[in-house]
Amino acid sequence: MGLSKLNGLYLDVILDHANNPRNKHDIPNATSKMTIHNPTCGDTINVAVEVEGDRIKNIGYTGSGCTISQASASMMTEAVKGKTTEEALDMAKTFSDMAIGKKHSEDDLEKLGDAQILTSIMEFPARIKCATISWWALQRALLKKDDEEEE
Amino acid sequence: MANSINDSYQDFPILDQKVNGERLAYLDNAATAQKPQQVIDSLVHFYEHDNANVHRGVHTLAERATEQYEAARTKVQHFINAKNHNEIIFTKGCTDGLNLVAATYGEQNIHEGDEIVITIMEHHSNLIPWQQLAIKKHATLKYIELTPEGTLDMEDAKRKITDRTKIVSVAHASNVLGTVNPLKELAKIAHEHGAVIVGDGAQSVPHMPVDVQDLDVDFYAFSGHKMMSPTGIGVLYGKADLLRAMPPYQYGGEMINTVHRDETTFADIPFKFEAGTQNIAGAIALGTAVDYLEEIGMENVEKKEQEIVDYVLPKLEALPYITVYGPQDPAQHTGVIAFNMDNLHPHDVATALDAEGVAVRAGHHCAQPLMEALGVSATTRASFYFYNSKKDADQLINAIKATKEFFNGGTI
Repeated sequence: MGLSKLNGLYLDVILDHANNPRNKHDIPNATSKMTIHNPTCGDTINVAVEVEGDRIKNIGYTGSGCTISQASASMMTEAVKGKTTEEALDMAKTFSDMAIGKKHSEDDLEKLGDAQILTSIMEFPARIKCATISWWALQRALLKKDDEEEE
Repeated sequence: MANSINDSYQDFPILDQKVNGERLAYLDNAATAQKPQQVIDSLVHFYEHDNANVHRGVHTLAERATEQYEAARTKVQHFINAKNHNEIIFTKGCTDGLNLVAATYGEQNIHEGDEIVITIMEHHSNLIPWQQLAIKKHATLKYIELTPEGTLDMEDAKRKITDRTKIVSVAHASNVLGTVNPLKELAKIAHEHGAVIVGDGAQSVPHMPVDVQDLDVDFYAFSGHKMMSPTGIGVLYGKADLLRAMPPYQYGGEMINTVHRDETTFADIPFKFEAGTQNIAGAIALGTAVDYLEEIGMENVEKKEQEIVDYVLPKLEALPYITVYGPQDPAQHTGVIAFNMDNLHPHDVATALDAEGVAVRAGHHCAQPLMEALGVSATTRASFYFYNSKKDADQLINAIKATKEFFNGGTI
């Protein structure tokens, strides 16, 4: 079997997002920022969102990490840009649920765009956290109170 | 028992399996070692025949359990050449032993303005207890830095250890860099300044002969599971006079002489530090692991691991996309080899190697300040033990080459 097992994990679309990350930059007018550390590997992800009204006008991320975490962050930003915060939170929930094996409707999955492809991560339990960390950061950034300290 | 060290893998049932369809090459020994049949049998035998609580019962099983438990203590004493068996305290593991010293000796002897000196290569378990003690006591925590070659800077050690230093605590062997620190020399420097020295033996005791009297360390902690014993058993060695002067770590059963409504007198060492029912079966199995290692001979264990390092390190270093951390000279390197692959995160490397049947660790190895000093967030680490072979080393090298091909130089 060997490395061919990995074909389902490192799909072209994932490698493309990892090698050519979308929205990997700071957001000057960010209305909320969140930093999350992955204590198992020492990686860090910073997510910055600019919310106008109830809509995510702009979103970006910075930080370093493995192929999966970088690709997931890139896909996440593409998926939620222009969505309402409520829609984005629903998507984050769908993604987190998906990562722990809970089933969701085709419609819900469809909304995730490229990001739904990371369902393949379920085959690699040790790497689930790498894929979900950016979605957690998004959730926390959208839900945090103004006076809450960044992690 | 296998006839020779080169056949010793046959004693380890777990090694005889396929992972992801490939032969298992277990190269995560610095995290935990596998267990030979002898140690597994020892655990099973105890629970099938001799299980009882120790030091309290008068019945036959209690006598047997006590005898075996104390025999294990004596085995460990001889294994590290402690002067007396009462200087051997059974703990949960190395972390537990280091915390014990910080919480008792440290608590009693560190005051405002004092210095605690550790090194930048410490595992978190020999870092955080001292860091937190220093914060609590308004003491200063100092780090001995590395040379550019990735060894401990002994000139810096001489500068950092001063007359204000009360405790020096150092890894005997690094769990990342694959270096062995000159513990004996550090002990001499510490003692010249009136400080005590604590050795973290987690990565040394399983791999090389250790003589605590020759090293002249005051305390020395290590884990059983990294030397083929079950998890949850470890050892703290301490010089008897120091241990006697220290307050207990925990209170409870088995650590007392007499208890009255308003006062308690405590048992002598080592029992003063073994409150509650200990990991009796684990201690006995640790004794069996010691027997196993002594049968092979620690010089031979060290020699075999050196042979593998001599073989694999130059092969790794020859790959242009690989960076090896710590000394590049195999003679200066233990079986712990941390490396990175250009453009590829250690987690991706470890997943790919696992697909090829090679078990390695990826991450910060509980040494985040060291990662910072090396300028990386994580590394991949292959760590060998005496039961590994050149075949395992070849499998690692081939898997790395296949990984390089799979990602084709892409990502990050």
